Amino acid sequence: MPDPTDLTLMQAVQALRAGELSCRQLVEAYLGRIQRLDAGLEPSLHCFLSLAPESARFQADAADRRLAAWRKDPQADLPPLLGVPLAVKDVLCVAGMPCTCGSRILQDFVPPYHATAVQNLLDAGAILLGKTNTDEFAMGSSTENSAYGVTHNPWDVERVPGGSSGGSAAAVAARLAPAALGTDTGGSVRQPASFCGVTGIKPTYGRVSRYGLVAYGSSLDVVGVLARDAADAAVVFRLIAGRDPLDATSADLPVPSIDTGGQAGGDQPLAGLRIGIPEEYFVSGLQQEVAERVRSAIAALEALGAQPRPVSLPHTQFALPVYYLVAPAEASANLARYDGIRYGMRHEAANLGEVYRRTRGAGFGAEVKRRIMLGTYALSAGYYDAYYGQAQKVRALIRSDFESVFEQVDVIAAPVAPTTAFKIGEHRDDPLSMYLEDVFTLPANLAGVPGLAFPVGFDSQGLPVGMQLMGPHFREDLLFWVAHQYQQITDWHTRQPRLE
Amino acid sequence: MTLTQAQVEHIAALARLELTPEEKASFHQQLSAILDYFAQLQEVDTSDISPEMGEIPAGSSLRLDEPRPGLPLEDLLSNAPQVEDDQFRVPPVFE
Repeated sequence: MPDPTDLTLMQAVQALRAGELSCRQLVEAYLGRIQRLDAGLEPSLHCFLSLAPESARFQADAADRRLAAWRKDPQADLPPLLGVPLAVKDVLCVAGMPCTCGSRILQDFVPPYHATAVQNLLDAGAILLGKTNTDEFAMGSSTENSAYGVTHNPWDVERVPGGSSGGSAAAVAARLAPAALGTDTGGSVRQPASFCGVTGIKPTYGRVSRYGLVAYGSSLDVVGVLARDAADAAVVFRLIAGRDPLDATSADLPVPSIDTGGQAGGDQPLAGLRIGIPEEYFVSGLQQEVAERVRSAIAALEALGAQPRPVSLPHTQFALPVYYLVAPAEASANLARYDGIRYGMRHEAANLGEVYRRTRGAGFGAEVKRRIMLGTYALSAGYYDAYYGQAQKVRALIRSDFESVFEQVDVIAAPVAPTTAFKIGEHRDDPLSMYLEDVFTLPANLAGVPGLAFPVGFDSQGLPVGMQLMGPHFREDLLFWVAHQYQQITDWHTRQPRLE
Repeated sequence: MTLTQAQVEHIAALARLELTPEEKASFHQQLSAILDYFAQLQEVDTSDISPEMGEIPAGSSLRLDEPRPGLPLEDLLSNAPQVEDDQFRVPPVFE
């Protein structure tokens, strides 16, 4: 039998139904691979912060029994992902499994309920392998801010996987899970997808429920998906998208079906599609090899019938300062709940104020403290208008840039990050240089539009290069469809790192 | 330096964060550099924009306010550092 971890998510679903493979075999194949590559001797990738092998095996056996019953009665209802193992970023609540958010302050926290996105996947029959590493409270671009150690990039273990959903991206790249949930507040799905050579969707703001997602920047946070290709990502996305009564910010809009059933429309499937190429994303900080791969991918889309044309998003350069004022301001309020009283660690002291200060001083890492400080300052008396108020106004201009461009084109194509994966420690002690890694992913979050990252080649060091497509609000279907057409004529998404 | 050392301490007090002397020194330097970089925002003409325009329109239909079962008390207290008589135990607020 071929290695079951070589199957894509959709191939695994078909193999399970056809009886070519049992759920137990599939789960054991992933657990075995995790044991060898992630939890074994050094150097291990360290994608997972916690694993749930017993419950995964138990659920796999239950799924096998259900499949056996279904084969006798094929009219019976079968959940779409029955028996498929998945991984979940450790900022989403799964009842009974630890949820650390990569932070000491939540070291022993075990949530008593499921996030809605998790519940949707469990209802669809998925099996959870474990929780993946993240920068503390999703604040970072490398997983170096995790209190539990960095995740290594499967393509070069001396490099970061990107972040903050670096554990999920590296797990998918290393075939430790066929797909995984991540979250994206400023690029945290797309940038690690790009660094690890996988496909990642940051949905429209409000598209996916955030009930049970530990909050970071509430006007920006979205739950997304990392998978091996656009077709698999689309399947998981459709399961988690939609209105949730438990999240008032979730949009009550239909989720369109996504046609990823092969190459339709002859050799010009993208005929008539207008693709905007924003000049502000091809600037001096962009690595030349990244620019070249992105330009060849655009040429490939053109060969499929698409019409690239230059567009301008003039306020792009301000996305970085806007984001690093708005997100920390929201974080400073959201993280006020970690006070050592109701959950999480407590540092004992004589009075309540000292409990707060010491618990938070000991429980939070440097980057979280830095952002709480930045956000508190931006919201403080005398500075609010100059910082937070001005940032909100410029955010409106960034959003209107996108609205004007989407009157001229259907989608925007751009690099995901200015560089390929950087070395562990490269940006240590210089937070601003780390923030600059997010310069191309922040605008989509500030505007609330969807973004999809997918692999378009490798640099001369063998590191994956990603491209992102951005689309109008709630048009994820368009992004999936374009990326899928690209993946029909290329094989970058099928390449895998040599690990064994 | 955009920030003074005293401002760093004031912000930490507002945020209920205990900082080590090393953290105070590094945050003083790093946050000042970050805020200097952010000064470019002041160049943008936003005289025609109100801050509310920066907010993203989100779902607006609220669910009905109907009573429904919540989580059991035992589950809600299970993560608390100290519990007494089904309540969170805290040190004195006033002395």
